[in-house]
Amino acid sequence: MNTATTNRAGHPLDPYLRTERMPHIWCSGCGLGLVVNCFLRGLIQSRLALDKVVVVSGIGCAGRAAGYINLDSFHTTHGRAIPFATGLKLANPELKVVVISGDGDLTAIGGNHFIHAARRNVDITVLCINNFIYGMTGGQVGPTTPLTARTTTSVGGNIDQPFNIPYLAAASGAAYVARWTTAQVIRLQKSITEALLKNGFSLIEIITPCPTYYGRMNKQRTGLEQMKYYRDNSIVKSGIDPKHAGIEFNGPIIVGRFVD
Amino acid sequence: MTERKYLAGEFFMSGDDACAEGAISAGCRFFAGYPITPASEIAERMSERLPEVAGTYIQMEDELASLAAVLGASWGGVKAMTATSGPGFSLMMENLGLGIMTETPCVIVDVQRGSPSTGLPTLTGQGDMMQARWGSHGSYSIIALSPDSPQELYDLTIRAFNLSEKYRLPVLVMTEAATGHMYEKVVIPPMNEIEVVHRRKPAVSAGEYLPFKPDADLVPPMANAGEGYRVHITGLTHDERGYPAMTAEAQDRLVRRLVDKIERNRDDIIDLEEDRIDGAEVVVCSYGISARVSRIAVEQARSEGIRVGMLRLITVWPFPEDRIRDISEQVRAFVVPEINYGQISLEVERCACGRTKTVLVPHMGGGVHSPGTILEVIKQVAR
Ligand SMILES: Cc1ncc(C[n+]2csc(CCOP(=O)(O)OP(=O)(O)O)c2C)c(N)n1
Ligand code: SF4
Repeated sequence: MNTATTNRAGHPLDPYLRTERMPHIWCSGCGLGLVVNCFLRGLIQSRLALDKVVVVSGIGCAGRAAGYINLDSFHTTHGRAIPFATGLKLANPELKVVVISGDGDLTAIGGNHFIHAARRNVDITVLCINNFIYGMTGGQVGPTTPLTARTTTSVGGNIDQPFNIPYLAAASGAAYVARWTTAQVIRLQKSITEALLKNGFSLIEIITPCPTYYGRMNKQRTGLEQMKYYRDNSIVKSGIDPKHAGIEFNGPIIVGRFVD
Repeated sequence: MTERKYLAGEFFMSGDDACAEGAISAGCRFFAGYPITPASEIAERMSERLPEVAGTYIQMEDELASLAAVLGASWGGVKAMTATSGPGFSLMMENLGLGIMTETPCVIVDVQRGSPSTGLPTLTGQGDMMQARWGSHGSYSIIALSPDSPQELYDLTIRAFNLSEKYRLPVLVMTEAATGHMYEKVVIPPMNEIEVVHRRKPAVSAGEYLPFKPDADLVPPMANAGEGYRVHITGLTHDERGYPAMTAEAQDRLVRRLVDKIERNRDDIIDLEEDRIDGAEVVVCSYGISARVSRIAVEQARSEGIRVGMLRLITVWPFPEDRIRDISEQVRAFVVPEINYGQISLEVERCACGRTKTVLVPHMGGGVHSPGTILEVIKQVAR
């Protein structure tokens, strides 16, 4: 990771950000900024009372999102954002509780919490940011790394089957399930608004570039190259059984709203 | 709403049930837990009682989630608790650290059983006392209370909530199977006679509020989520705004304060029961069920003409260092019965610092000491 410097004069989303914390820690070309941008726009569109919206993150690059958003926000322990959010929501049902965290955080160390929150249909929204890798710790293989993809702990290619996150969420009982990439910003924003307004457990998987690790190790060196791959290979298939939305290395990415 | 369902009067009750009632009396309205012997009865009673007082019970998927949910609930503005035993207590160490770092009031009850590992699920132990002190990584201070009866489980659960709200940290009630499963008379006073403490709220507007700027007692006022303060709360080292601050200076400031807010308020936190320590040649120092058994041995020793004092640690952490030091000047030995292979005895020995002998009377767990065993040791050291 590095420290990006940006010219932030008068950005329309400034009131929703902790601008005093800029520059953020994310690498240039990282997709996490886009995700925050889409989240804020989706949130504004939802017209929810901002003082009652809370963001909870786990640990990781994605987990840092909580710290940049100007709402009540909690940066918890690795994998435990969902149970923390569950307690928060049950204690004060007036709150809209949103979990923003990484795929490793939510489906590896926090995988058990993920399926149980979906099973209980707890009224929270989860944005699972999938960069196919553990970013924060230096690009190790994770539970979503496609078969044969290279990482710092699978230099010869990943030998383990990855999770299909929408399928996992749907099978566990989620009320709303969607997947988008950062190349479909308008659809993503709209989906975020829908998820926020949905009662019950809503999940959006957001496929997001990590040029520093996943890209560099898999011949997509820049964020832009990763975005091009998403744009050229995303296939919108809303309404299909997410069972058929598995992701293969450099293959098509099926996106859409699968459960509502 | 709560009046009707508030119990007051005399009851014949188990320690676990008394603990749950203490929580209700203290204003606890959220419980998240995972079943485990010998603590399950606390969860069972809470699952029944909380809906009666407009509270929430949730059974989580494990103890990692249980404590995470409790921390979340506390930030939601509701007093929250979980209860477990050794294996679950081990799993809670991660989020205990988060609770310490984010200064989150809550109560964790550990009904100790025979250990290590799965050990003796249904039988008693006191093997988690050092884990209570040091179990999560890093330097911090903790508050742990040790009741010796169902009545005290009721009383100390209330006190645990009050201390947690006052000092903003998870407070531990370290009981054991023998006390949790013991049935005895428990007196629950009328609601208006119970002192209940609430977290201090910010006295300034959202724009001026610094979530981790302490008051004179080193404790920062706490804004809950949803109150418009837009707090950021992190387990990372943070500054007074709550923002990550990755420097040795920020670390020094924060960690010192987290420790000092407890250590400087020891007089308020530490509660001891003393019996005939002046003029004693031997002092038995114990806690929980072991203190109860020790009392019998102490009486017997006295009837045999030995001058024995008794020091019962009601607050185990922070450890009553000064008092142990004072006593060590005047006695020939401390005798420390506990149901483990030496934990609190090490603290007594540390504070006695060679001025007097410290003799551990260990029990590996699965039962309590026989008073005769403790008496024997008292006699040996008194000779
Ligand atoms: C209990 C624990 N184990 C390991 C870590 C180290 N760790 C920090 S972030 C992280 C992985 C994060 O990966 P992911 O959730 O995919 O988020 P990303 O950084 O890729 O956005 C790990 C393993 C930790 N903080 N806590
Ligand atoms: S996810 Fe990857 S690109 Fe983004 S900040 Fe982390 S390491 Fe950098």
